[in-house]
Amino acid sequence: MTTASLIVNAAEEGEFPNPLIPAAYDILWSSVIFLVVVGVFMVLLLPKLQRVLDERAEKIEGGILKAEQAQAEAAAALEEYTEQLTEARAEAARIREDARAEAGQIVAETRESAAEDAQRLVQTAHKQIDAERQQAIVSLRGEVGALASELASRIVGESLADDARQQRIIDSFLDDLEAQVSDTSKAKG
Amino acid sequence: MANLALDAATEAASELAADEPGSASGFFGWLFYSDGFHAPTVGEFFPPALFGEGTFFEFNRIMLARVIAAAVLILIFWLVARRATVIPTRGQSLVEMLLDFVLVQIVEQVMSKENAKRFLPFLATLFLAVFAFNITGVIPFINMPGTALIGLPIIMALWVYVLYLTVGIKQHGFGGYLKTSLFPAGVPKPIYILLTPIEFLQVFILRPATLALRLAANMMAGHLLLVLCFAATQYLFFEAALALKAVGSVTLIAGLAFTLFEVFVSALQAYVFVMLSSVYITMAVEEEH
Repeated sequence: MTTASLIVNAAEEGEFPNPLIPAAYDILWSSVIFLVVVGVFMVLLLPKLQRVLDERAEKIEGGILKAEQAQAEAAAALEEYTEQLTEARAEAARIREDARAEAGQIVAETRESAAEDAQRLVQTAHKQIDAERQQAIVSLRGEVGALASELASRIVGESLADDARQQRIIDSFLDDLEAQVSDTSKAKG
Repeated sequence: MANLALDAATEAASELAADEPGSASGFFGWLFYSDGFHAPTVGEFFPPALFGEGTFFEFNRIMLARVIAAAVLILIFWLVARRATVIPTRGQSLVEMLLDFVLVQIVEQVMSKENAKRFLPFLATLFLAVFAFNITGVIPFINMPGTALIGLPIIMALWVYVLYLTVGIKQHGFGGYLKTSLFPAGVPKPIYILLTPIEFLQVFILRPATLALRLAANMMAGHLLLVLCFAATQYLFFEAALALKAVGSVTLIAGLAFTLFEVFVSALQAYVFVMLSSVYITMAVEEEH
């Protein structure tokens, strides 16, 4: 007996149930099969797959978070570096400025001390000159008295016949005096 | 060329048949035997029992098709789920794409994200089950959609029915659910005289009935079309007069086309079934609709 002939026979008998009204066995087996499928899927298979999907989502989120962190860190590092660079530049400029100022100060100080030295030298020279002049005055004062008394004795000693003679005496005295002074200065040298 | 080969085979078959007049014998005899054209009948869906004939436990070809479909579906997902990893293999990607399709293209189209998360496991299972039971209609040697017999569609529709009634009553309370579903807000009071009976029929009878009937009728019609095409081809090639044999290639091509169409219908009906289930559940849990 083939399936085809079975159908033909059955069709000829015309005893088919209404296909829209389920047979009891149909409901039974349908329930069993559908329950098994739903049970296995909802209890075992889908939760397992869902777990993997969740884990993946978590990992991706974690990865994104990590990348963001790294980016933030890099940005912070860059900012710090830039700041340091700016600071370093400012410091270099400051050091250069300081050095320049120091150099100027040194020059000024040097110049000042040189000026002081010069002044001191000049003052010393002045003082020496003053002292010499004082000495000269003192020695002159002493000599002037002697000279004056010598001159007076000469005038008194010689007869003062005329003015010409008198003039000659004075001239010779002055010449002597001059010679004497020049000798003294030569001796002092 | 194919026709020539088939003709040769037919001749061989008829020789075989001639050897033992009255009935065809042997594999080829059976394969190329035709005792006239028989249009398919509703009997297609009441095949002889494999065991337990006439009892509550009667088990026939359609039940077997369902068992095979369920077993293969579970096997595929078990193989994938067993070594599902964070970095998916190709097979796992396909399965995930399928689940993602149900989530994004069906469930999230009608539900909020929280509800989608809550009902996705059942709805995804429903989609896969409906598709698996449909597709057996075009799998060679099974050739019978598990959903063509009304029992399975009824069970699935009943499940959805009980589910949306349960979540609706849980959400609104029994009276609240009746009120939101039978007396939709924003309608003038007299209209309720018309609307409430319609809504009652809708919620309590038509929704599950149409779910089950749409699926079963579609798969039944598809199966009958395929049987018609291939039965006609068999008859035209091996039984009809020579001139009619060429027509057999037309029915054969039609059969191929309908086979492809049935693959599409299998997916489409699964989509429709799950989409409507999502809509019904959403209507039950939503505050107002």
